[in-house]
Amino acid sequence: MNRIDATMQALAATGRKAFVAYITAGDPDLERSEAIIAALAEAGVDIIELGFPYSDPMADGPVIQAAGERALAAGTTVPGILAMVARLRRRTQVPLLAFTYINPLLRYGVERFVSDAAAAGLDGILPLDLPPEQDRGLASAATAAGLALVRLVAPNTVPARRRTLARSSSGFIYYVCRYGVTGERSALPEDLAEQVADLRRHAGGVPVCIGFGIASPQQAAAAAAIGDGAVVGSHLVQLVAEHRQDPQVAAIVADRAAALAAAVHEVAR
Amino acid sequence: MTGRRQASTAGRFGDHGGCYVPETLIPVLEEIDRAYRRLRRDRAFAGRLRDLLRSYVGRPTALTYAGALSRRWQRRIWLKREDLCHTGAHKINNALGQALLAQAMGKQRIIAETGAGQHGVATATACALLGLRCRIYMGTEDMRRQAPNVYRMRLLGAEGEGVDSGTRTLKDAVNEALRDWVAHVDDTHYILGSALGPHPFPTMVRDFQSVIGREARRQILAAEGCLPQAVVACVGGGSNAIGLFHAFLRDPQVALYGVEAGGRGPTLGEHAARFDGGRPGVFQGTASYVLQDDDGQVVGTHSISAGLDYAAVGPEHAWLHDSGRARYLRCSDAQALAAFHDLAACEGIIPALESSHALGALDQICPQLPQDGVLVLNLSGRGDKDIAEVARISGVTP
Repeated sequence: MNRIDATMQALAATGRKAFVAYITAGDPDLERSEAIIAALAEAGVDIIELGFPYSDPMADGPVIQAAGERALAAGTTVPGILAMVARLRRRTQVPLLAFTYINPLLRYGVERFVSDAAAAGLDGILPLDLPPEQDRGLASAATAAGLALVRLVAPNTVPARRRTLARSSSGFIYYVCRYGVTGERSALPEDLAEQVADLRRHAGGVPVCIGFGIASPQQAAAAAAIGDGAVVGSHLVQLVAEHRQDPQVAAIVADRAAALAAAVHEVAR
Repeated sequence: MTGRRQASTAGRFGDHGGCYVPETLIPVLEEIDRAYRRLRRDRAFAGRLRDLLRSYVGRPTALTYAGALSRRWQRRIWLKREDLCHTGAHKINNALGQALLAQAMGKQRIIAETGAGQHGVATATACALLGLRCRIYMGTEDMRRQAPNVYRMRLLGAEGEGVDSGTRTLKDAVNEALRDWVAHVDDTHYILGSALGPHPFPTMVRDFQSVIGREARRQILAAEGCLPQAVVACVGGGSNAIGLFHAFLRDPQVALYGVEAGGRGPTLGEHAARFDGGRPGVFQGTASYVLQDDDGQVVGTHSISAGLDYAAVGPEHAWLHDSGRARYLRCSDAQALAAFHDLAACEGIIPALESSHALGALDQICPQLPQDGVLVLNLSGRGDKDIAEVARISGVTP
């Protein structure tokens, strides 16, 4: 079974919610990125989203943009990330999800990417700017290779489309809980519980993780109480930025992740 | 030509086009698509736009016989004078159309990107006229190159926002405008400035610009009694070119020439010739030819002209290229600059550096036409905005 499905089922069986951490692959370089990811896995993170750096990240705020720029400046490429994933797989079985814009995958070749990603040990793909009606062969390739395909649903996604997106999602559905780009915000939207309850009606049992703007353990716990999991990205990426020269950067990021994971895991179903 | 119509209703042009955006933008783009398809058949909307184009923009723009150029090339060369539009370029045709659309949709806030500043000025103008709030994103490198337009936008009441990320040019301004849009989908319309981006923009912008070709076709038939052998336009995103080409697509005897920015030379990063150095990909919401490296990262471009300095080309051009209906050439910085000076000196018209690229390709195009063959070239904008930059490059203090 796909590691994402296995993790979500194991959490559900013990009545717990998922803590999902986003980190930009190759930030500040692949070597330190590998150490950070391994440390996150040990800190109790349930699923790690690996952001693939891209020159024109139109859905990302300044923190993740800067991380992508650092990763690209350090020479990070798609093959480099896949090689890092293969190395990580000797150390950890934490589910790894590629969070990516579509052009680097098109250039690599969608089918070739899916097959190399599965071989390296990636568990799923979240294509940020590839709505299901475009596809480019991704869905069938992912299904054939046993990779999850995680779709985004936004607050303004209409009901019929929620159903389409949910039915074409596997692993989990990523609910973008607010308008705007990635980045920390002070509060969760007031109608989050209503929105997620509505999404669940369309989800056909696929778990719903909530992200965009979540930074503190309190916010993560509140989001996890509503959904099946909470995603924290920019907050951790900012820590990488602040401590990237520090030899302890992996431990610093992992400490914060452990606190977030603990807060999420305390939430009971 | 039903194939073409089917392609464009789905927002696709062959393998190109489509709608590659984060999910938050899908409902907004669908709303625009619905509103646009309703309004394009609405007589009151069409009448309002037509009146403004006539009384405010100054349409129809003239078709001017270029005597000196014609004698030199021994072809009959006509200039479609979009430089005479209010605000100095064709951009106002689209900006007004979309601003009216935004108003009809109840959007009170407008955002736009701009490269050369012409689309920013046109959008700020349309917003001033219609009483809409307006914010323009512009790369800081472009703000330096096009300082007069930055001030014009301010005079028109627009809020200018310098974009300091990435290459600090047009593509970064588009990214920033898209980021603004996903955060303000409820009250904001994004007036995209070229026939680019996600569906329905390439189709809608083309439709608003196709007034250029409709007028030019009628005017050249009246002046010459025949269709031209060729029509020529510069291609950044490609809105002035697609606006001119569209009326001639069903005239197979009319050759269509698009001219891209050849910059300093053929090395990746030194030009903006997407058909020469680009490969199919997805960029800023649409599938087209994209200047990118082997890892799918979009590379920086260079052109003396800020308006052509963009890594992708409009998807309908990509399709016209693949089908062979249009041909795409390149014109270097130096050739464009020479054409800029030449038109000023021999015809008394100072062209925009963008349009100068079309002029700078006449030496490649004229030999393809018979002696005394008729050619229509889109003079998409005037060069006032470029004077300081040209003087700087030429080492002259104006």
